Amino acid sequence: MQRGFDIAVIGGGVVGLAILRRFAMSGLSCVLLERGADILSGASKGNSGLLHTGFDAPAGSLELACIRAGYAEYIDIRGRLNLPLVKSSALVVAWSEEERTKLAGIVAKAHANGVEDVRPVESDELRRLEPRLSPAAKAAVLVPGEHIIDPWSAPLAYAHQALAHGAVILRDAEVTGGEFAQGAWRLASKAGPVSARAVINAAGNFGDLVEAIARPPPFTITPRRGQFVVFDKPASQLVTAIILPVPSDRTKGVVLFRTAYGNLAIGPTAEDVPEREVAATDTATLERLKARALEMAPSLSGIGVSAIYAGLRPATEHKDYVIEALPGRSWITVGGIRSTGLTASLGIARHVAGLYASHFGALPSQPDPIWTPVPNLTEERPRPYMQGGEIACHCERVTRGEIERALEGPLPAGDLGGLRRRTRAMMGRCQGFSCSAHVEKLFREKTRGAA
Amino acid sequence: MEQRDVVIIGGGPAGLSAARRLSELGIAATVLEREQQAGGAPRHCGHLGFGWESHRRIWTGPRFAERLRTDSANLDLRTGHTVLGIDGNVLRVLNQRGISEMAAGKIILATGTRETPRSARLVGGSRPRGVMTTGALQAHVYLQNFKPFERPVIIGSEWVSFSAILTCRHIGVRPVAMIEAKDRISAPRPGGLLARLIYGVPVWTGTRLIAIDGRTGVEAVEIERHGRHARIACDGVIFTGEWAPEAALLVNRPKVTLAGNVHGDLKTSGACWREGRAIAEQVARGQA
Repeated sequence: MQRGFDIAVIGGGVVGLAILRRFAMSGLSCVLLERGADILSGASKGNSGLLHTGFDAPAGSLELACIRAGYAEYIDIRGRLNLPLVKSSALVVAWSEEERTKLAGIVAKAHANGVEDVRPVESDELRRLEPRLSPAAKAAVLVPGEHIIDPWSAPLAYAHQALAHGAVILRDAEVTGGEFAQGAWRLASKAGPVSARAVINAAGNFGDLVEAIARPPPFTITPRRGQFVVFDKPASQLVTAIILPVPSDRTKGVVLFRTAYGNLAIGPTAEDVPEREVAATDTATLERLKARALEMAPSLSGIGVSAIYAGLRPATEHKDYVIEALPGRSWITVGGIRSTGLTASLGIARHVAGLYASHFGALPSQPDPIWTPVPNLTEERPRPYMQGGEIACHCERVTRGEIERALEGPLPAGDLGGLRRRTRAMMGRCQGFSCSAHVEKLFREKTRGAA
Repeated sequence: MEQRDVVIIGGGPAGLSAARRLSELGIAATVLEREQQAGGAPRHCGHLGFGWESHRRIWTGPRFAERLRTDSANLDLRTGHTVLGIDGNVLRVLNQRGISEMAAGKIILATGTRETPRSARLVGGSRPRGVMTTGALQAHVYLQNFKPFERPVIIGSEWVSFSAILTCRHIGVRPVAMIEAKDRISAPRPGGLLARLIYGVPVWTGTRLIAIDGRTGVEAVEIERHGRHARIACDGVIFTGEWAPEAALLVNRPKVTLAGNVHGDLKTSGACWREGRAIAEQVARGQA
């Protein structure tokens, strides 16, 4: 494939897809290169699915600005893209007297960050808000604007909207090198060469390796692993708010949160690992997470574990995101988007579009947006099974029609993992005991055994 | 709202025998089965050993399931019907046309059991393809004719673990090892001997599975034996047994009568069939 594009985005995670969407909707010709068999197969695969207000982000940081802008745009467009928003609020809970002394500082910082509805909550109110939380919870800070979204449908919607505006998404297209000559990039990829006037590096955990194509990378990625344990659906009745830890220098606390799919999860851990690609769990950590969840919400005892997973966040030696334009090289770096990427991605895309406009030329006049609503996966909005149909995955109530549709269209699931992420099939308590053979058959029929 | 005297949730051996016995006793029962075909777990147990208690025959699981369906020909058996929830005596039922409510004079829950998957056992490692339970393996092999791997390890040594060996042999797959955390195998004798001598599968007792390794497919498992760690190269992992009742409908503690393996202790399909009959007789006498 040898085509000239205005923009080539490297990386099909939530950040790359939001950037692709922004430029495609601005009328530029865009291509995205993803190394995996499907989009969202790297850092974006294993996050918590939370919409952050930025109340605890570093003051004055680019990260905070992108979170705030991303949050606002998500709320603005979610209705037109059929994206979920489970209004939950968050509570930063103090479990010791020492932690309690830090709550006032958290409120002050939130206010300074422009999140003004954040307020302290004393123990009586905390009991009222979360009666099933352990009595060891002393006091808290309430963050009314933190909510639960879902990690898959938003980036999938961004991808579809970009495609509707003419973008091209190449999968199994790892970028292996590139040359900049006569004002254009010629990238070598496993899907063939691609040429573009400007390149945007949104390669996540491979960001520094990709950056080396343009310059000695100004950052090094040390993937930070986060493990999660997901409890079965009855557990989601035990807490309402996202239960956040009080940050400390010594220990990194974990979050107890409902998921948009009606489960309760605990995680993530924060472990620096050398591995960029495979996010592995380990039994001892999973047992600790499970035990910690039971300490926080004792009524969890007796409720089974549905799923375990881990994600890798692209952490760098820098505290803030590394987003900058290299005017002489027609290159924009988007690196070190650690753990707030899902919320911030739309804000990052706006910021990158601004960098492009000031360094590489004005964006064309914007055509009317085409809206591409995605299938809803969450219980708080109507799901396809409610209209009837043949259920293929019983635990998650996924219809056969949903699975067939996820294997069709302009961006069909690239592998079984992509199919799971798009539909939730095989993600429930039985983990495919009942349905995996049937789902595999549907997948093989549609992809003619290309699995 | 539709009203039924007795609603049985689950069309496996227990549910279908309860419905048939109720019908013989003059009580109309409705069986709601979520799959497109009734018969329950025996549908995908392709080896012999089914039907003796009920029909004095020894059949394969699919043959037994077929016979159960034939026996149910005149019953009100509704496949593709999923019960979403139970509130008092009202069931929320999903089918092709949507969700409706059904009132039942009596509810019998016969939803069976399933094996504990890797996740609930908190087994770490990566998440490659080729990790499944015996039930999923049997559905791959006997219902879809797929061969998911060539040399898997089998985790556990219950009766069902030997069923996993049989299922592998059916498609010409030889497991590389059977791994059991306890010091002796869980199935009654001569299970271990059978595995070793007849099927050529080494049985490693006192051996704990630590992690699964592999990028796209399984490449190895990490084990611990007598305090030592080792890797076994393999291309699949079969988690067997550790049965967990399919009891999601019991969350709000509805008033239902349990029949078959949803009780917890694993029973044979024949025992479930007998229990279904016994429950039907109790219901007919107003004792359950």
